[in-house]
Amino acid sequence: MSDNEDRKLAIICSKGTLDMAYPGLVLANAALMSGIEVEMFFTFWGMDIIHKKKQNKLKFVPLGNPSSGMPNILAVLPGMSPLATKMMHKGLEKIDMPPVDEFLEMIHDAGGRIWACRMAMDMMNLTEDDLVDEVDGVVGAMEFLEMAEGAQILFI
Amino acid sequence: MTTLADLKLDADGYLADPNDWTPEVAELFAKELGIELTDRHWQVINYVRQEWEKTGDMPSLRRITKQSGVPTKEIYKLFPKGPAGKIAKLSGLSKPKGCI
Repeated sequence: MSDNEDRKLAIICSKGTLDMAYPGLVLANAALMSGIEVEMFFTFWGMDIIHKKKQNKLKFVPLGNPSSGMPNILAVLPGMSPLATKMMHKGLEKIDMPPVDEFLEMIHDAGGRIWACRMAMDMMNLTEDDLVDEVDGVVGAMEFLEMAEGAQILFI
Repeated sequence: MTTLADLKLDADGYLADPNDWTPEVAELFAKELGIELTDRHWQVINYVRQEWEKTGDMPSLRRITKQSGVPTKEIYKLFPKGPAGKIAKLSGLSKPKGCI
């Protein structure tokens, strides 16, 4: 049981689609449940996951994704992305996955730290008011790497 | 007086048969984990035992935090550094395999 006590996981979330948001959230939460320390760094499109107005509106885009099972000629049609997103939400609900906002809250309450990328904020003209309350702070890449010292790093 | 050595454990050090669980077993595991059991710990353990008796499975940590009356922050304070495994052990169940 004590074998995880010195472990630390640093997760960089750089994508903002629904299917790319969940792996980071699931791994962060699983790590915390097993006693591994967690630092999460959100950058580029990953900012949407911590954006108040966007975090619960993440989309799944089947176009150009062979795993989705939908041929591109259909996936390009209007309405296909919302439909695929709806289906994915149903699948997530079925396996008891919380929505993105609740997931971040769980991670934060469990002691996981949540950092926003300063450069991405500047690039996208965001202020801290645009971000959810669970964000612990806005940091640069160098600062994040300092915090991630000794951690296993995951880039998503 | 029973000690941990008298209990049949699985390869992970968890109780081999959940039916062998008694509150005394929880006390023994608590000592091993360095946890002093309070009413709030028991609220969680009793909830998990109840659910196990109903479903045959350990409820997910998310379910525990939502339904036992002990929220996430407190769960991590009561069972620090890996609450899922510690709660399972104290409740006489095997190492949890769920992702949530």
